Amino acid sequence: MLDTFLPISLENYGFNKIDIMGPLIPLEIITGQWDFVIALLIGSAFGFILEASGFSSSRNIAGVFYGYNFVVLRVFFTAMIVAMVGYLYFSYMGWVDMNLVFVLPTYLNSMLLGGFIMGLGFVIGGFCPGTSYTAAAIGKIDGIVFAGGVFVGIFLFSEFFPLYEGFYTENDLGNITIGEMFGVSNEIVTFAFVVVAVIAFYVTWLIEKKVRKNMTEYKFE
Amino acid sequence: MMDKKIDAKKRPVYINPYFGGLLLGLLILASFYIAGRGLSASGSAKLAVVEVVHIVAPEHAENNAYYSKFLPEDGSSPLFNWLIFGAIGTFFGGMLSGAVYGRLGKLRIEKSPKISNRTRLIAAAVGGILFGIGSQFGRGCSSGAALSGTSAFSFGGLIVMALMFGVGYVFAYFFRKLWI
Repeated sequence: MLDTFLPISLENYGFNKIDIMGPLIPLEIITGQWDFVIALLIGSAFGFILEASGFSSSRNIAGVFYGYNFVVLRVFFTAMIVAMVGYLYFSYMGWVDMNLVFVLPTYLNSMLLGGFIMGLGFVIGGFCPGTSYTAAAIGKIDGIVFAGGVFVGIFLFSEFFPLYEGFYTENDLGNITIGEMFGVSNEIVTFAFVVVAVIAFYVTWLIEKKVRKNMTEYKFE
Repeated sequence: MMDKKIDAKKRPVYINPYFGGLLLGLLILASFYIAGRGLSASGSAKLAVVEVVHIVAPEHAENNAYYSKFLPEDGSSPLFNWLIFGAIGTFFGGMLSGAVYGRLGKLRIEKSPKISNRTRLIAAAVGGILFGIGSQFGRGCSSGAALSGTSAFSFGGLIVMALMFGVGYVFAYFFRKLWI
């Protein structure tokens, strides 16, 4: 497929298609012993980006629900469309085998409930697990307490698991993609996300300006 | 006038959110390319809970249908896992950024001036507990399910993301005193 798009194929530059095919760890191009080093590096970059974007502050995050700070929406949507477009591009170029990249399976009933509970937790606690780790890392006690709460919540869930063991796997749709669900291609899905993101960036920018004008008390931390 | 100056000096420095989003998107892409999976956060907490329960009450953990899912068959520790190393990285990456931008400091509580420290900490604990429970039903939290899941075109990821933000908006009015 490369040859039809490029006048000179990558092989001319000493690349062998097989050599650069990903994902690297599932294909065992990078072997097991490097797993944890890579996990540590990717995790570090994740924490750095979250903190540097302002996600170590629950008040920045909760702003998305009250219109005074849409940083969550901006970072989240930008990351998603960059990842989606890049992912499709990598697949076109033959750099990554999409069949080997993990698609989170869909257990519809359980995930609807899970999303609902997390939405409540989000607006009450102002963090999610990842952001609470970074808040804890820079000395925020509320971040430490939130992270502690996550452990307690998981413990409670596990202890009472037999009560909802059936519900947990009800309505199992398997590793279904958004495209398969709506009968369109992943390209169309990506395009829709880009359009929605750009509109959301503009609308929330207008809202934020208006809300901040009437909000003198809030100081950004 | 003086106050304004101090405020401007105190105002924290963040990177541009679209730039932050670009970096985060590229990181997810790199993670897909290298590891064949995205980012995660709650998974590490789950494995840590499994390990603690297994140490305190080994039989109980082995007989519980949930804990036992995550106990490696070869008897090794569930902590020797990609997710744990990722979370350790997330903590120290956050700390590094805090140090670089001057936010790494003494222990403190961030809250709306309208609520007490106690209220804020109770809210943080409740929020954390809800996230702990919700992330198990949801097969991941904002990182693993909503962000990485949706980026890999998972329908379930989209469901979690839509519900998480949607429900937040629906209930935002009732919890406004915590924030504004």
